[in-house]
Amino acid sequence: MKPIIRVENLTHTYGENTPFCRSAVKDVNMEIMEGEFLGVIGHTGSGKSTLIQHLNGLLRPTSGRILLGDRDIWEDPKKIRDVRFRVGLVFQYPEYQLFEETVYKDVAFGPKNMGLDEKEIDRRVRAALAFSGLGEELLEKSPFDLSGGQKRRVAIAGVIAMEPEVLILDEPSAGLDPAGRRSLLENIRAYHREKGTTVVMVSHSMDEVAENVDRIVVLANAGVVMSGAPHEVFSRAQELMDVGLNVPQVTQVAMELKRRGVDIDPAVYTVADLRAGLAALKGGNR
Amino acid sequence: MLKDITLGQYFPGNSLAHRLDPRTKLILTVLYIVILFCAKGFVSYGVVALLLLTGIKVSGVAPRALVRGLKPILFIICFTAVLNLFYTPGEALASFWIFTITKEGIVTAFFMVLRITMLIMGTFLLTYTTSPIALTDGLETLLGPLKRVKVPVHELSMIMSIALRFIPTLIEETDKIMSAQKARGADFESGNLLQRARALVPILVPLFISAFRRADELAVAMECRCYHGGEGRTKLHVLRYQLRDYLVLAAYGGVLAAVLILARLGM
Amino acid sequence: MSDIIRTEHLTFAYPPDEGKDPVPALDGVDLSIRQGSFVAILGHNGSGKSTLAKHMNAVLLPGGGRVWVDGMDTLDEALLLEIRRRVGMVFQNPDNQIVANVVEEDVAFGPENLGVATAEIQARVAAALKAVGMEAFTLHAPHHLSGGQKQRIAIAGVIAMEPACIVLDESTAMLDPAGRREVLDTVKTLNRDKGITVVLITHHMDEAAMADRVVVMDRGRVVMDGPPREILVRMEELREIGLDAPHTVELLHGLRQEGFDVPLDALGIQECAEAILRALA
Repeated sequence: MKPIIRVENLTHTYGENTPFCRSAVKDVNMEIMEGEFLGVIGHTGSGKSTLIQHLNGLLRPTSGRILLGDRDIWEDPKKIRDVRFRVGLVFQYPEYQLFEETVYKDVAFGPKNMGLDEKEIDRRVRAALAFSGLGEELLEKSPFDLSGGQKRRVAIAGVIAMEPEVLILDEPSAGLDPAGRRSLLENIRAYHREKGTTVVMVSHSMDEVAENVDRIVVLANAGVVMSGAPHEVFSRAQELMDVGLNVPQVTQVAMELKRRGVDIDPAVYTVADLRAGLAALKGGNR
Repeated sequence: MLKDITLGQYFPGNSLAHRLDPRTKLILTVLYIVILFCAKGFVSYGVVALLLLTGIKVSGVAPRALVRGLKPILFIICFTAVLNLFYTPGEALASFWIFTITKEGIVTAFFMVLRITMLIMGTFLLTYTTSPIALTDGLETLLGPLKRVKVPVHELSMIMSIALRFIPTLIEETDKIMSAQKARGADFESGNLLQRARALVPILVPLFISAFRRADELAVAMECRCYHGGEGRTKLHVLRYQLRDYLVLAAYGGVLAAVLILARLGM
Repeated sequence: MSDIIRTEHLTFAYPPDEGKDPVPALDGVDLSIRQGSFVAILGHNGSGKSTLAKHMNAVLLPGGGRVWVDGMDTLDEALLLEIRRRVGMVFQNPDNQIVANVVEEDVAFGPENLGVATAEIQARVAAALKAVGMEAFTLHAPHHLSGGQKQRIAIAGVIAMEPACIVLDESTAMLDPAGRREVLDTVKTLNRDKGITVVLITHHMDEAAMADRVVVMDRGRVVMDGPPREILVRMEELREIGLDAPHTVELLHGLRQEGFDVPLDALGIQECAEAILRALA
């Protein structure tokens, strides 16, 4: 796999030359691989929001650069809008950005800004709504008449409709109930599987990230502190807890068992894996 | 970032100017403006300048911050200066094409610039040393007697303090909505006036909806905390004049009298 | 001990869209909450849990049936202020319930409305801020605080009215894990040390595990009611109404199927690990 986005020595400082000056991200280096499902995790204030707003050129680095493909995205600042079409960003609580009279028009906002023709826009809007798990009967409804969960899906469809090469979602499941969360994440997973495009999901829920992604990047105190497959990251559970993050409940149980002398992998993170591990142990004991 | 803009900003502190009763400061500001407009000649302007300098010194506010506050009205200052410079009739000093600079013009322009600058700086001194909540409190108490003639003084001051409370929240929200729409390719920077106005719709619609939602939720939250208008309401901080308030008010009265006399003498 | 909140055959429906029949949000709820208890009310979005919460201090009035707060009928308008003083409410969005520009002014808002004397307000504000551990922020501007801190200020604002009960209407839903922990620790302490009744509306199972009693709502009715150990282990039923059992319970269920002799109600991490150790030995 080759990287689709490369972040090189990225630093972003807010309020430079004022007493409020602080670096939200500092000297960050990371890569996002083509086609992967990446989880970015960190507590509030760890710099994750600032980081992702650099990936589509909403923020400009104070120093360092962002490469999309092999090009610095700020090579030609006039073309930064194209970067935003290629790297789609869904903000936290995106339902608060809806504004059009109908669901159709709202989802079409992005594709229209891209200057596509009517036919192509129509195709994209319908495809995007399907990926977000919404039926066509909603197309002519006002987005403001929908339920909270449906609004969120419309907003996500609005970004998917631009058919970006990289889709970034900031806390997509925040505030949803367990069933809503489960079904939205299922839709995102299906989108990743079927489209094969790169997906980056930002979250502060370890359980959610552990169950969905191929690789995790952990941010703390304005920098990357860990990155790797979930298993690798959770094998350093203590460090995660030290930077104020939770590890999945299952991992915590496994760690406790390991501490008490049970010969088990302390870095498991799914119920099924721990169950299988313990079953094997019991079989061995017999 | 948007939320860092200063809008009649308050600088917390513990100087004499900070400790004065907000009502005193409101009265002083009004008196200051009256004195400023009474001033005529170099001497009386000198007295006002001295008054302002004393205020700055006592408040401990950095003069730089005051000067920065002038920036937004720099254009008005220049415009006034130019207008007075060229259009005051009198003894001509220099002239080219249709413009004539007169001695009186220079003097008037100088005084006008001085007046506007000192006016702005003086009122800024009030907002720099008085927290918005103290300011609304002071206004509510000062205007209290108007309740008798059915002016909704409590409601007005509640509106003002809630507006102040929500300015940073709404600015932040605007920032966020703008970014979200930019992420979908919205363009706020190009096109003609009409196109630009139209480009604001994706920001204004969500912003209004959110402001209404917030108002709705805030109303319920306030009712849950037993809010039922100004009737029977008590206060965490009750305003009380101290000796220092009386002394400062007396001193100001003296200055006002002095300036009036000086102005009468044409100084 | 007496009941602080009691509902009887409570029904309620929001005004319907044009041409449609009203859908009941609450469909015959009978519930008693004891003074001093810690009750979690669980349910998916639209299950009626928030509607029920809003009846607990007369923000909504019953469409049918009755609600009593400390023996006072919420339909009696003359008792409105007293009811709201006794049952305080903390909402979901921290930004939309803070009234003032300064923390202490916001906490004072309730007592000011109640006409409490100035000296007494000052004492209450100080005590309330101490109770939520925010005394260091007395003179701060609320918009510079974190979500968890803002919610603690909102809780302090309720405490300053000296209530018998606090209802948290999904007050943790918008917070990150650290903020959630702050808020939960705060209410747990208030419940334990001051005997304030806590009603926690949530859809997070781990929060429900902290309560003495869990009430599960679905389609406007109470469908389960009991101690967390009895409710949270009913994995299948919970899943059917759009909720999740804690992962520990899921694990223990699975292990039982593997022939482990483990209880299902070892909800905590330590407890769960110990149960597994016993079964392995």
